Amino acid sequence: METLNALTTLNAFPLAELEVGKQFYWHLGNLEIHGQILLTSWFVIGVLVIASILATRKIQMVPAGTQNLMEYALEFIRDLTKTQIGEKEYRPWVPFIGTLFLFIFISNWSGALIPWKLIRIPEGELAAPTGDINTTIALALLTSLAYFYAGFKKKGLGYFGNYVQPVAFMLPFKIIEDFTKPLSLSFRLFGNILADELVVAVLVLLVPLFIPLPVMALGLFTSAIQALIFATLAASYIGEAMEDHGEGHEEH
Amino acid sequence: MNPTVAAASVLAAALAVGLGAIGPGIGQGNAAGRAVEGIARQPEAEGKIRGTLLLSLAFMEALTIYGLVVALVLLFANPFS
Repeated sequence: METLNALTTLNAFPLAELEVGKQFYWHLGNLEIHGQILLTSWFVIGVLVIASILATRKIQMVPAGTQNLMEYALEFIRDLTKTQIGEKEYRPWVPFIGTLFLFIFISNWSGALIPWKLIRIPEGELAAPTGDINTTIALALLTSLAYFYAGFKKKGLGYFGNYVQPVAFMLPFKIIEDFTKPLSLSFRLFGNILADELVVAVLVLLVPLFIPLPVMALGLFTSAIQALIFATLAASYIGEAMEDHGEGHEEH
Repeated sequence: MNPTVAAASVLAAALAVGLGAIGPGIGQGNAAGRAVEGIARQPEAEGKIRGTLLLSLAFMEALTIYGLVVALVLLFANPFS
């Protein structure tokens, strides 16, 4: 838009540029790929892989350093999964929920902590991978697949019985729910991360020094909470798909 | 872009965020007030109450964020331009 472009070109401070919807396209056959998202995602994956290798290289009985940190993270994720899915069936889902949580958490915080904007790329700018709708939709669809898989594996075709529990006229609502679950999961994460980045960018545009710091701290806090929420909800959907009939479960 | 479409989009974006903030605002106020009541009645349960409160506040905040997503689409990726 004209006015917004004027706003973008107004600033004198090079770190305070505001670019939404501009992508660094890579062409791969007929596909268009958002290059900046691919770069930052692989950075996040690299950080996670290196951290896991460092933590598991010399495993000791009494953990120290990185191993201690990773064991703390694992325990946290295990407890989260256990409370949502239940004592009996939580174990096979810990890796999935843990992957979701760690990837989202590290990418949110990388967007807030690493000054990506110092690295110039031809078009668009490097930012948190979860600030792009494609990443969050992919994660949300994975969650959908996971809970369908969980339901069918546990109950076979009897999973469709869930759709008419507790009363038959719930059927259309349950079907709509299958679509709104990934929609709300992806929009919640995408909107929160993008909103954080926009608020910080607008404040930096207005007052470059010191004033944006509390907002940045708030951003760190909300991004951590969003990662927690995504993982909790994914686990609770999986638990809901596997639970036996007859007992109520909290819905979101 | 057609000036009428531009004007309508900007107005719609403002309304989307502004109206979308009302409901969650009331809800968050209610939830926080009740949480304070709970802590005043049972100070030893503060940790548990705080955790639940933060989680539910984030859910309410998501509603405003949906409005924000619509506003951002209208401003930066307008399908009608």
